[in-house]
Amino acid sequence: MTIAYASVRTKNLFEAAMLFGIFSLVSASFFVVLDAVDVAMTEAAVGAGVSTILMLSTLAVTGHKVRPRPVQRNVLAIAVSVLLGAALVYGTLDMPRIGDPDAPVQTHPIARHFIEVSPVETQIPNMVTPLLASYRGYDTLGETAVVFTAGIGVLALIGRRRRRDGTPVEAGEGVDAMQDRHRVLRIVGKQLIPAILLYACYVQAHGDFGPGGGFQAGVIFASALMLFMLLVGIDEAEKVIKPKVLEKLIALGLLIYGCTGLLTVLKGGAFLDYKVLAHDPIHGLHYGILAVELGVGITVTAVITTIIFTFAGHMRGRQKLVAPATDGTVVTTDGGAL
Amino acid sequence: MDFLGLYNYWVFIVLMLSGFYLLLSARNLVKKVIGLNLFQTSVFVFYISTGKVKGGAVPIAAEGVDVYSNPLPHTLILTAIVVGVASTALGLSLILRIKDEYGSIEEDEVDMQDVLS
Repeated sequence: MTIAYASVRTKNLFEAAMLFGIFSLVSASFFVVLDAVDVAMTEAAVGAGVSTILMLSTLAVTGHKVRPRPVQRNVLAIAVSVLLGAALVYGTLDMPRIGDPDAPVQTHPIARHFIEVSPVETQIPNMVTPLLASYRGYDTLGETAVVFTAGIGVLALIGRRRRRDGTPVEAGEGVDAMQDRHRVLRIVGKQLIPAILLYACYVQAHGDFGPGGGFQAGVIFASALMLFMLLVGIDEAEKVIKPKVLEKLIALGLLIYGCTGLLTVLKGGAFLDYKVLAHDPIHGLHYGILAVELGVGITVTAVITTIIFTFAGHMRGRQKLVAPATDGTVVTTDGGAL
Repeated sequence: MDFLGLYNYWVFIVLMLSGFYLLLSARNLVKKVIGLNLFQTSVFVFYISTGKVKGGAVPIAAEGVDVYSNPLPHTLILTAIVVGVASTALGLSLILRIKDEYGSIEEDEVDMQDVLS
Protein backbone atom coordinates (compact mmCIF):
# COMPACT_ATOMS: atom_id res chain seq x y z
CA MET A 1 0.00 0.00 0.00
CA THR A 2 2.78 2.36 0.88
CA ILE A 3 4.46 1.54 -2.37
CA ALA A 4 1.25 2.14 -4.25
CA TYR A 5 0.82 5.47 -2.51
CA ALA A 6 4.35 6.46 -3.37
CA SER A 7 3.87 5.55 -7.00
CA VAL A 8 0.74 7.71 -7.09
CA ARG A 9 2.53 10.71 -5.61
CA THR A 10 5.87 10.66 -7.30
CA LYS A 11 6.42 13.11 -10.10
CA ASN A 12 9.25 11.10 -11.53
CA LEU A 13 7.88 8.49 -13.89
CA PHE A 14 11.02 6.42 -13.65
CA GLU A 15 10.51 6.05 -9.92
CA ALA A 16 6.86 5.24 -10.48
CA ALA A 17 7.70 2.45 -12.88
CA MET A 18 10.26 0.92 -10.53
CA LEU A 19 7.87 1.21 -7.60
CA PHE A 20 5.21 -0.49 -9.63
CA GLY A 21 7.61 -3.37 -10.30
CA ILE A 22 8.21 -3.73 -6.58
CA PHE A 23 4.48 -3.57 -5.97
CA SER A 24 3.99 -6.46 -8.39
CA LEU A 25 6.65 -8.51 -6.67
CA VAL A 26 5.00 -7.87 -3.30
CA SER A 27 1.63 -8.88 -4.63
CA ALA A 28 3.20 -12.02 -6.09
CA SER A 29 4.38 -13.03 -2.62
CA PHE A 30 0.92 -12.18 -1.38
CA PHE A 31 -0.51 -14.67 -3.88
CA VAL A 32 1.79 -17.37 -2.54
CA VAL A 33 0.47 -16.73 0.94
CA LEU A 34 -3.05 -17.07 -0.42
CA ASP A 35 -2.23 -20.48 -1.97
CA ALA A 36 -2.27 -19.26 -5.55
CA VAL A 37 1.14 -20.50 -6.66
CA ASP A 38 0.36 -20.56 -10.39
CA VAL A 39 -0.77 -16.98 -10.24
CA ALA A 40 2.22 -15.90 -8.18
CA MET A 41 4.61 -17.38 -10.71
CA THR A 42 2.96 -15.49 -13.53
CA GLU A 43 2.72 -12.24 -11.64
CA ALA A 44 6.37 -12.37 -10.61
CA ALA A 45 7.56 -12.86 -14.17
CA VAL A 46 5.07 -10.48 -15.75
CA GLY A 47 4.68 -7.73 -13.20
CA ALA A 48 8.18 -7.47 -11.87
CA GLY A 49 9.90 -8.35 -15.11
CA VAL A 50 8.16 -7.77 -18.39
CA SER A 51 5.88 -4.84 -17.66
CA THR A 52 8.61 -2.95 -15.79
CA ILE A 53 10.91 -3.29 -18.77
CA LEU A 54 8.13 -2.18 -21.09
CA MET A 55 7.46 0.89 -18.98
CA LEU A 56 11.15 1.69 -18.79
CA SER A 57 11.61 1.41 -22.52
CA THR A 58 8.62 3.68 -23.05
CA LEU A 59 10.12 6.16 -20.62
CA ALA A 60 13.45 6.03 -22.40
CA VAL A 61 11.64 7.50 -25.38
CA THR A 62 9.17 9.82 -23.72
CA GLY A 63 11.34 11.17 -20.93
CA HIS A 64 10.66 10.55 -17.30
CA LYS A 65 9.57 13.88 -15.89
CA VAL A 66 5.96 14.78 -15.36
CA ARG A 67 5.49 18.42 -16.21
CA PRO A 68 4.56 20.19 -12.97
CA ARG A 69 1.19 21.88 -13.14
CA PRO A 70 -1.19 23.58 -10.74
CA VAL A 71 -3.54 21.31 -8.85
CA GLN A 72 -7.10 21.90 -9.96
CA ARG A 73 -9.12 18.98 -11.24
CA ASN A 74 -7.71 16.75 -8.53
CA VAL A 75 -10.37 17.80 -6.03
CA LEU A 76 -13.10 16.27 -8.13
CA ALA A 77 -11.07 13.12 -8.66
CA ILE A 78 -10.45 12.78 -4.94
CA ALA A 79 -14.13 13.32 -4.18
CA VAL A 80 -15.22 10.66 -6.66
CA SER A 81 -12.61 8.20 -5.39
CA VAL A 82 -13.51 8.73 -1.75
CA LEU A 83 -17.24 8.42 -2.41
CA LEU A 84 -16.75 5.25 -4.37
CA GLY A 85 -14.49 3.95 -1.62
CA ALA A 86 -17.08 4.68 1.06
CA ALA A 87 -19.74 2.88 -0.96
CA LEU A 88 -17.47 -0.11 -1.44
CA VAL A 89 -16.50 -0.28 2.24
CA TYR A 90 -20.18 -0.20 3.11
CA GLY A 91 -20.69 -3.04 0.66
CA THR A 92 -17.98 -5.18 2.25
CA LEU A 93 -19.85 -5.30 5.55
CA ASP A 94 -22.02 -8.05 4.08
CA MET A 95 -19.14 -9.90 2.48
CA PRO A 96 -17.88 -13.19 3.90
CA ARG A 97 -14.76 -13.00 6.04
CA ILE A 98 -11.44 -13.92 4.47
CA GLY A 99 -10.76 -17.65 4.53
CA ASP A 100 -14.31 -18.47 5.53
CA PRO A 101 -14.99 -22.04 4.34
CA ASP A 102 -18.75 -21.34 4.23
CA ALA A 103 -18.49 -18.40 1.86
CA PRO A 104 -20.68 -18.73 -1.25
CA VAL A 105 -17.55 -18.92 -3.40
CA GLN A 106 -16.48 -22.10 -1.62
CA THR A 107 -19.84 -23.78 -1.16
CA HIS A 108 -21.12 -23.29 -4.69
CA PRO A 109 -21.47 -26.72 -6.36
CA ILE A 110 -19.12 -25.80 -9.19
CA ALA A 111 -16.29 -25.00 -6.78
CA ARG A 112 -16.86 -28.27 -4.97
CA HIS A 113 -16.87 -30.04 -8.33
CA PHE A 114 -13.52 -28.60 -9.36
CA ILE A 115 -11.92 -29.53 -6.06
CA GLU A 116 -13.46 -32.91 -5.39
CA VAL A 117 -14.28 -34.38 -8.79
CA SER A 118 -11.69 -32.91 -11.14
CA PRO A 119 -8.58 -34.66 -9.74
CA VAL A 120 -10.42 -37.99 -9.91
CA GLU A 121 -12.07 -37.36 -13.24
CA THR A 122 -8.98 -36.08 -15.03
CA GLN A 123 -6.22 -37.81 -13.04
CA ILE A 124 -4.36 -34.51 -12.94
CA PRO A 125 -3.34 -33.39 -9.46
CA ASN A 126 -2.99 -29.70 -10.24
CA MET A 127 -6.58 -28.48 -10.29
CA VAL A 128 -5.76 -25.23 -12.01
CA THR A 129 -4.45 -26.84 -15.19
CA PRO A 130 -7.50 -28.91 -16.27
CA LEU A 131 -9.72 -26.07 -15.17
CA LEU A 132 -7.84 -23.72 -17.45
CA ALA A 133 -7.36 -25.94 -20.46
CA SER A 134 -10.35 -28.24 -20.35
CA TYR A 135 -13.31 -27.04 -18.31
CA ARG A 136 -12.75 -23.47 -19.40
CA GLY A 137 -11.10 -24.31 -22.71
CA TYR A 138 -13.21 -21.90 -24.77
CA ASP A 139 -12.40 -19.06 -22.45
CA THR A 140 -8.68 -19.79 -22.58
CA LEU A 141 -8.85 -19.96 -26.37
CA GLY A 142 -10.40 -16.52 -26.31
CA GLU A 143 -7.75 -15.17 -23.96
CA THR A 144 -4.99 -16.56 -26.14
CA ALA A 145 -6.63 -14.83 -29.08
CA VAL A 146 -6.64 -11.57 -27.09
CA VAL A 147 -2.92 -11.92 -26.38
CA PHE A 148 -2.41 -12.69 -30.07
CA THR A 149 -4.35 -9.60 -31.08
CA ALA A 150 -2.41 -7.40 -28.68
CA GLY A 151 0.85 -8.66 -30.15
CA ILE A 152 -0.35 -7.91 -33.66
CA GLY A 153 -1.56 -4.51 -32.48
CA VAL A 154 1.82 -3.55 -31.07
CA LEU A 155 3.50 -4.67 -34.27
CA ALA A 156 1.06 -2.65 -36.33
CA LEU A 157 1.48 0.46 -34.20
CA ILE A 158 5.22 0.69 -33.78
CA GLY A 159 6.73 -2.35 -35.47
CA ARG A 160 6.13 -1.93 -39.18
CA ARG A 161 6.95 1.75 -39.28
CA ARG A 162 10.46 1.15 -38.17
CA ARG A 163 11.01 -1.28 -41.00
CA ARG A 164 9.60 1.10 -43.59
CA ASP A 165 11.94 3.84 -42.42
CA GLY A 166 14.75 1.39 -42.93
CA THR A 167 17.12 3.50 -40.89
CA PRO A 168 20.48 1.78 -40.95
CA VAL A 169 21.16 0.67 -37.46
CA GLU A 170 24.49 1.39 -35.92
CA ALA A 171 25.38 -0.44 -32.79
CA GLY A 172 25.20 2.61 -30.56
CA GLU A 173 28.37 3.49 -28.70
CA GLY A 174 26.25 3.96 -25.65
CA VAL A 175 25.28 0.31 -25.68
CA ASP A 176 28.87 -0.78 -25.90
CA ALA A 177 29.78 1.55 -23.11
CA MET A 178 27.01 0.12 -21.02
CA GLN A 179 28.22 -3.38 -21.67
CA ASP A 180 31.73 -2.46 -20.72
CA ARG A 181 30.62 -0.88 -17.52
CA HIS A 182 28.44 -3.77 -16.49
CA ARG A 183 30.72 -6.62 -17.37
CA VAL A 184 30.04 -8.48 -14.13
CA LEU A 185 26.29 -8.20 -14.59
CA ARG A 186 26.56 -9.35 -18.16
CA ILE A 187 28.62 -12.43 -17.39
CA VAL A 188 26.59 -13.46 -14.38
CA GLY A 189 23.38 -12.77 -16.29
CA LYS A 190 24.46 -15.02 -19.13
CA GLN A 191 24.88 -17.91 -16.74
CA LEU A 192 21.29 -17.47 -15.65
CA ILE A 193 19.69 -17.59 -19.08
CA PRO A 194 19.96 -21.35 -19.71
CA ALA A 195 18.72 -22.03 -16.21
CA ILE A 196 15.67 -19.83 -16.75
CA LEU A 197 14.97 -21.40 -20.15
CA LEU A 198 15.25 -24.90 -18.72
CA TYR A 199 12.99 -23.92 -15.86
CA ALA A 200 10.44 -22.55 -18.32
CA CYS A 201 10.43 -25.86 -20.21
CA TYR A 202 9.94 -27.69 -16.95
CA VAL A 203 7.08 -25.40 -15.98
CA GLN A 204 5.54 -25.93 -19.40
CA ALA A 205 5.72 -29.71 -19.34
CA HIS A 206 5.04 -30.23 -15.67
CA GLY A 207 1.89 -28.14 -15.50
CA ASP A 208 -0.25 -31.22 -14.90
CA PHE A 209 1.48 -32.14 -11.66
CA GLY A 210 2.93 -29.02 -10.16
CA PRO A 211 2.25 -25.33 -10.56
CA GLY A 212 2.80 -24.46 -14.18
CA GLY A 213 1.35 -24.43 -17.65
CA GLY A 214 1.42 -22.51 -20.87
CA PHE A 215 0.88 -19.01 -19.54
CA GLN A 216 3.47 -19.31 -16.78
CA ALA A 217 6.05 -21.00 -19.00
CA GLY A 218 5.41 -18.45 -21.73
CA VAL A 219 6.16 -15.46 -19.56
CA ILE A 220 9.20 -17.11 -17.95
CA PHE A 221 10.58 -18.08 -21.34
CA ALA A 222 9.98 -14.57 -22.61
CA SER A 223 11.68 -13.06 -19.58
CA ALA A 224 14.77 -15.17 -20.28
CA LEU A 225 14.83 -13.94 -23.87
CA MET A 226 14.31 -10.43 -22.57
CA LEU A 227 17.29 -10.82 -20.25
CA PHE A 228 19.33 -11.98 -23.22
CA MET A 229 18.21 -8.96 -25.19
CA LEU A 230 19.13 -6.63 -22.35
CA LEU A 231 22.56 -8.18 -22.00
CA VAL A 232 23.70 -8.35 -25.60
CA GLY A 233 21.65 -5.53 -27.07
CA ILE A 234 18.75 -5.66 -29.47
CA ASP A 235 20.84 -6.02 -32.63
CA GLU A 236 22.65 -9.12 -31.47
CA ALA A 237 19.47 -10.56 -30.02
CA GLU A 238 17.59 -10.13 -33.29
CA LYS A 239 20.31 -12.07 -35.06
CA VAL A 240 19.67 -15.05 -32.80
CA ILE A 241 15.92 -14.72 -32.43
CA LYS A 242 14.63 -13.59 -35.79
CA PRO A 243 11.60 -11.29 -35.55
CA LYS A 244 10.12 -13.03 -38.58
CA VAL A 245 10.26 -16.38 -36.85
CA LEU A 246 8.65 -14.84 -33.77
CA GLU A 247 5.84 -13.41 -35.85
CA LYS A 248 5.12 -16.85 -37.27
CA LEU A 249 5.27 -18.42 -33.83
CA ILE A 250 2.60 -16.02 -32.59
CA ALA A 251 0.21 -17.45 -35.13
CA LEU A 252 1.47 -21.02 -34.72
CA GLY A 253 0.54 -21.18 -31.06
CA LEU A 254 -3.01 -20.07 -31.65
CA LEU A 255 -3.20 -22.46 -34.59
CA ILE A 256 -2.14 -25.39 -32.42
CA TYR A 257 -4.89 -24.51 -29.98
CA GLY A 258 -7.54 -24.12 -32.65
CA CYS A 259 -6.47 -27.21 -34.56
CA THR A 260 -6.66 -29.29 -31.40
CA GLY A 261 -10.24 -28.15 -31.16
CA LEU A 262 -10.92 -28.97 -34.82
CA LEU A 263 -9.27 -32.36 -34.43
CA THR A 264 -11.65 -33.24 -31.64
CA VAL A 265 -14.55 -32.23 -33.88
CA LEU A 266 -13.22 -34.38 -36.71
CA LYS A 267 -12.90 -37.29 -34.34
CA GLY A 268 -16.56 -36.99 -33.51
CA GLY A 269 -16.48 -35.05 -30.27
CA ALA A 270 -17.45 -31.52 -29.40
CA PHE A 271 -15.02 -28.62 -30.00
CA LEU A 272 -12.13 -28.98 -27.52
CA ASP A 273 -13.57 -32.22 -26.13
CA TYR A 274 -10.22 -33.91 -25.67
CA LYS A 275 -11.59 -37.26 -24.59
CA VAL A 276 -11.90 -38.48 -28.17
CA LEU A 277 -8.21 -37.90 -28.94
CA ALA A 278 -7.09 -41.32 -27.72
CA HIS A 279 -8.72 -44.68 -27.02
CA ASP A 280 -8.54 -44.05 -23.33
CA PRO A 281 -10.51 -40.86 -22.55
CA ILE A 282 -8.13 -39.96 -19.74
CA HIS A 283 -5.14 -40.18 -22.08
CA GLY A 284 -6.99 -38.18 -24.68
CA LEU A 285 -7.63 -35.52 -22.09
CA HIS A 286 -3.98 -35.43 -21.12
CA TYR A 287 -2.83 -35.16 -24.75
CA GLY A 288 -5.36 -32.44 -25.40
CA ILE A 289 -4.33 -30.42 -22.39
CA LEU A 290 -0.64 -30.77 -23.23
CA ALA A 291 -1.25 -29.67 -26.83
CA VAL A 292 -3.35 -26.71 -25.79
CA GLU A 293 -0.88 -25.64 -23.13
CA LEU A 294 1.89 -25.89 -25.70
CA GLY A 295 -0.09 -23.65 -28.02
CA VAL A 296 -0.67 -21.13 -25.24
CA GLY A 297 3.00 -21.28 -24.25
CA ILE A 298 4.21 -20.63 -27.79
CA THR A 299 1.85 -17.75 -28.39
CA VAL A 300 2.55 -16.10 -25.06
CA THR A 301 6.32 -16.44 -25.46
CA ALA A 302 6.27 -15.14 -28.99
CA VAL A 303 3.91 -12.27 -28.29
CA ILE A 304 5.75 -11.01 -25.23
CA THR A 305 9.17 -11.38 -26.84
CA THR A 306 7.92 -9.62 -29.95
CA ILE A 307 6.49 -6.81 -27.87
CA ILE A 308 9.75 -6.36 -26.00
CA PHE A 309 11.83 -6.48 -29.17
CA THR A 310 9.49 -4.06 -30.90
CA PHE A 311 9.79 -1.62 -28.03
CA ALA A 312 13.55 -1.98 -28.03
CA GLY A 313 13.62 -1.55 -31.78
CA HIS A 314 11.50 1.56 -31.55
CA MET A 315 13.85 2.94 -28.95
CA ARG A 316 16.85 2.18 -31.13
CA GLY A 317 15.12 3.83 -34.05
CA ARG A 318 14.98 7.02 -32.03
CA GLN A 319 18.68 6.80 -31.19
CA LYS A 320 17.95 6.98 -27.53
CA LEU A 321 19.79 4.84 -25.07
CA VAL A 322 18.56 2.69 -22.31
CA ALA A 323 19.09 4.28 -18.97
CA PRO A 324 21.89 2.39 -17.24
CA ALA A 325 19.50 1.71 -14.42
CA THR A 326 17.66 -0.75 -16.64
CA ASP A 327 20.30 -3.22 -15.59
CA GLY A 328 19.06 -2.99 -12.08
CA THR A 329 15.81 -4.43 -13.31
CA VAL A 330 17.56 -7.42 -14.77
CA VAL A 331 18.27 -8.54 -11.26
CA THR A 332 14.63 -8.12 -10.36
CA THR A 333 13.65 -10.17 -13.35
CA ASP A 334 15.84 -13.03 -12.26
CA GLY A 335 14.46 -12.91 -8.80
CA GLY A 336 11.00 -12.92 -10.27
CA ALA A 337 11.53 -15.70 -12.73
CA LEU A 338 13.51 -18.06 -10.58
CA MET B 1 -18.98 -9.41 13.98
CA ASP B 2 -15.27 -9.33 13.64
CA PHE B 3 -14.23 -6.59 11.29
CA LEU B 4 -10.70 -7.92 11.10
CA GLY B 5 -11.78 -10.55 8.59
CA LEU B 6 -12.72 -7.82 6.18
CA TYR B 7 -9.34 -6.20 5.98
CA ASN B 8 -8.49 -7.81 2.65
CA TYR B 9 -11.39 -6.02 1.02
CA TRP B 10 -10.30 -2.73 2.50
CA VAL B 11 -6.74 -3.12 1.34
CA PHE B 12 -8.11 -3.94 -2.06
CA ILE B 13 -10.42 -0.91 -2.04
CA VAL B 14 -7.63 1.47 -1.09
CA LEU B 15 -5.35 0.04 -3.76
CA MET B 16 -8.04 0.11 -6.38
CA LEU B 17 -8.99 3.66 -5.60
CA SER B 18 -5.39 4.86 -5.75
CA GLY B 19 -5.31 3.42 -9.23
CA PHE B 20 -8.66 4.97 -10.03
CA TYR B 21 -7.59 8.35 -8.70
CA LEU B 22 -4.43 8.21 -10.77
CA LEU B 23 -6.49 7.34 -13.81
CA LEU B 24 -8.76 10.32 -13.28
CA SER B 25 -6.28 12.94 -12.23
CA ALA B 26 -3.03 12.17 -14.03
CA ARG B 27 -2.49 14.12 -17.21
CA ASN B 28 0.59 12.19 -18.12
CA LEU B 29 -0.36 9.20 -20.21
CA VAL B 30 2.30 6.85 -18.83
CA LYS B 31 1.06 7.66 -15.36
CA LYS B 32 -2.45 6.83 -16.45
CA VAL B 33 -1.24 3.43 -17.62
CA ILE B 34 0.45 2.87 -14.27
CA GLY B 35 -2.83 3.78 -12.57
CA LEU B 36 -4.69 1.34 -14.75
CA ASN B 37 -2.19 -1.37 -13.86
CA LEU B 38 -2.55 -0.61 -10.17
CA PHE B 39 -6.31 -0.90 -10.50
CA GLN B 40 -5.89 -4.18 -12.35
CA THR B 41 -3.50 -5.72 -9.85
CA SER B 42 -5.79 -4.80 -6.98
CA VAL B 43 -8.64 -6.63 -8.68
CA PHE B 44 -6.33 -9.65 -8.96
CA VAL B 45 -5.62 -9.41 -5.25
CA PHE B 46 -9.34 -9.25 -4.55
CA TYR B 47 -10.14 -12.32 -6.64
CA ILE B 48 -7.35 -14.40 -5.20
CA SER B 49 -8.30 -13.44 -1.65
CA THR B 50 -11.85 -14.70 -2.20
CA GLY B 51 -10.48 -18.10 -3.16
CA LYS B 52 -8.56 -18.56 0.07
CA VAL B 53 -9.92 -21.05 2.57
CA LYS B 54 -8.65 -20.95 6.13
CA GLY B 55 -6.26 -23.86 6.64
CA GLY B 56 -6.59 -24.75 2.98
CA ALA B 57 -3.72 -26.01 0.89
CA VAL B 58 -2.46 -25.11 -2.57
CA PRO B 59 -4.95 -26.64 -5.02
CA ILE B 60 -2.76 -29.51 -6.11
CA ALA B 61 -4.19 -32.84 -5.07
CA ALA B 62 -2.00 -34.66 -2.60
CA GLU B 63 -2.32 -37.49 -0.14
CA GLY B 64 -3.67 -36.61 3.23
CA VAL B 65 -4.88 -33.12 2.38
CA ASP B 66 -8.59 -32.46 2.69
CA VAL B 67 -9.03 -28.73 2.44
CA TYR B 68 -7.92 -26.90 -0.69
CA SER B 69 -8.22 -23.29 -1.67
CA ASN B 70 -10.57 -22.61 -4.53
CA PRO B 71 -8.79 -23.07 -7.88
CA LEU B 72 -11.37 -21.17 -9.92
CA PRO B 73 -10.22 -17.62 -9.09
CA HIS B 74 -6.64 -18.72 -9.71
CA THR B 75 -7.48 -19.82 -13.22
CA LEU B 76 -9.34 -16.63 -13.99
CA ILE B 77 -6.56 -14.41 -12.74
CA LEU B 78 -3.78 -16.41 -14.35
CA THR B 79 -5.09 -15.64 -17.79
CA ALA B 80 -6.05 -12.12 -16.79
CA ILE B 81 -2.45 -11.27 -15.84
CA VAL B 82 -1.06 -12.28 -19.19
CA VAL B 83 -3.86 -10.56 -21.07
CA GLY B 84 -3.22 -7.56 -18.81
CA VAL B 85 0.43 -7.26 -19.75
CA ALA B 86 -0.41 -7.66 -23.41
CA SER B 87 -2.95 -4.85 -23.25
CA THR B 88 -0.55 -2.70 -21.22
CA ALA B 89 1.97 -3.15 -23.99
CA LEU B 90 -0.66 -2.09 -26.51
CA GLY B 91 -1.39 1.00 -24.43
CA LEU B 92 2.28 1.88 -24.14
CA SER B 93 2.81 1.47 -27.84
CA LEU B 94 -0.11 3.83 -28.45
CA ILE B 95 1.67 6.30 -26.17
CA LEU B 96 4.84 5.92 -28.20
CA ARG B 97 2.92 6.70 -31.37
CA ILE B 98 1.33 9.73 -29.70
CA LYS B 99 4.78 10.88 -28.67
CA ASP B 100 5.92 10.51 -32.26
CA GLU B 101 3.01 12.45 -33.67
CA TYR B 102 2.58 15.16 -31.06
CA GLY B 103 5.95 15.29 -29.37
CA SER B 104 4.34 15.09 -25.96
CA ILE B 105 2.60 12.60 -23.71
CA GLU B 106 0.78 15.16 -21.61
CA GLU B 107 -2.94 14.91 -22.20
CA ASP B 108 -3.69 18.63 -22.25
CA GLU B 109 -0.82 19.46 -24.61
CA VAL B 110 -2.07 16.84 -27.05
CA ASP B 111 -5.59 18.21 -26.76
CA MET B 112 -4.31 21.73 -27.34
CA GLN B 113 -2.56 20.70 -30.54
CA ASP B 114 -5.75 19.07 -31.75
CA VAL B 115 -7.70 22.24 -31.10
CA LEU B 116 -5.12 24.39 -32.87
CA SER B 117 -4.85 22.27 -35.96
